[in-house]
Amino acid sequence: MLRIPCPHCGLRDYTEFLYAGDATKQRPAHGSSEWRAWYEHVFLFDNPKGAHLEYWQHVQGCRQWLVLERDTSTNAVGRAWLARQGARS
Amino acid sequence: MTVLSHYSALALARRALFGTSWARAWRKPEPRKTYDVVIVGGGGHGLATAYYLASRHGISNVAVLERGYLGSGNVGRNTTLVRSNYQMPGNTEFFEHSLQLWEGLSHELNFNVMLSQRGQLVLAHGPVQLDVLARKGNTMRLNGIGCELFDRSDVQRFLPFLDYSTHCRFPIYGGLFQPRAGTVRHDAVAWGYARAADRLGVDIIENCEVSGFLRDGDAVSGVETNRGRIQAGRTLISVAGHSSHVARLAGLRLPIESHLLQAFVTEPVKPFLDCVVSFGAELFYISQSDKGGMVFGGHIDGFNSYTQRGQFPKASTVAECAVALIPGMSRLRLLRHWAGIQDMTPDGSPFMGRTPIKNLYLNGGWCYQGFKATPAAGWCMAHTLAHGEEHPLIRHLAIDRFERGNGSDEYGLGLWTYKQ
Repeated sequence: MLRIPCPHCGLRDYTEFLYAGDATKQRPAHGSSEWRAWYEHVFLFDNPKGAHLEYWQHVQGCRQWLVLERDTSTNAVGRAWLARQGARS
Repeated sequence: MTVLSHYSALALARRALFGTSWARAWRKPEPRKTYDVVIVGGGGHGLATAYYLASRHGISNVAVLERGYLGSGNVGRNTTLVRSNYQMPGNTEFFEHSLQLWEGLSHELNFNVMLSQRGQLVLAHGPVQLDVLARKGNTMRLNGIGCELFDRSDVQRFLPFLDYSTHCRFPIYGGLFQPRAGTVRHDAVAWGYARAADRLGVDIIENCEVSGFLRDGDAVSGVETNRGRIQAGRTLISVAGHSSHVARLAGLRLPIESHLLQAFVTEPVKPFLDCVVSFGAELFYISQSDKGGMVFGGHIDGFNSYTQRGQFPKASTVAECAVALIPGMSRLRLLRHWAGIQDMTPDGSPFMGRTPIKNLYLNGGWCYQGFKATPAAGWCMAHTLAHGEEHPLIRHLAIDRFERGNGSDEYGLGLWTYKQ
């Protein structure tokens, strides 16, 4: 079972969380009409085999959005912090 | 091709009487320096592409590079189902072409792939769902694909052991039956295509991992591998599950995330389920293998991963689906479960054809439907590699379709259904 170290609730099963994908993506500026930037933001993924920074929301706990370090080739979990602190912390 | 290497009743009798051993089914060649076509990935699709290149297009100077051993990837990790009940223009024709190729495949390859056309029944658990299935059935019939719409009493006569009780959470309203759907022995598909391609001169090179692409200006001119540098006229990436990982070596980013899909088999029991059944209330499908095990699978685990190891909560959900559909399965024990890596795409359809890089081709993004597509994917990619232009059946699957706002939305639910 994948377990996530929530900064508020401690180590919890991943089934309490909602997975929300790559946390390193930068949304284009509000009002931007650069279609290429939007296309890349919405559709293209690095999808790395290895280190990955990703968003999870603790929907069945504190309801906070988190950023989690996880290795996609082993599922080894690293640190987790609140998403409002930024993707790189 | 020698007479002895041909599989037949006579060859079997000769070996039974004289005790001679069987020849190796395919060679173990050293990679040459140059090929007309290099196919990265020795799964079902890559091997089928090589076979059709050699048999239909006369291009046999081909190498198939496999990182592990043949059959170690998704071709041996699926639930072996084949069917053609699709409803989007393009998909219907493509998957029907695939089913027709399955029907002749054992003879074509001189290798018994054990196609068993036992039929597939997709269930509806509400009147609206049954209307949707009726519409899908009409689309299939207009394309010449036989199917039958069952009402509740038809289903009950056909499969009396499903849950028809009054307290049932998802009552059965009916279903859509495709009689020509069925199962195939999946290992035999890899071995059959490999042996047939090898006999036509294709080099199948196992334990050969690609670590980079050779460039000649703006074109790809071959691959760098752990067994040396191999030059190629055209290069195909056919590694679904790892498409992002390999494409990135060529500097391509794809609209793909890699997810896990688990499959399960129970201890063997006497035969009682003689068709494939798909539950309509969750993504769940089940059949009984020739050995008697109940083979079934569900939805992806829900977060991207390359581990090939499933998470327990999904196993629990899938077991609940099994018992909700067939209460009699509640005391069966699971024998094994395993996971394969899927390329998930925004619209649930694959990417096939040319890439923005010259002489580099892609066949990937198969979501959960790669196995049934194996023969047609090989057929169409062989045509595409031979002519440098996409086969008509795969023109709607171009890699740049989201840039053009032109996704192929098979489920009719918009994009990203797998994330919902």
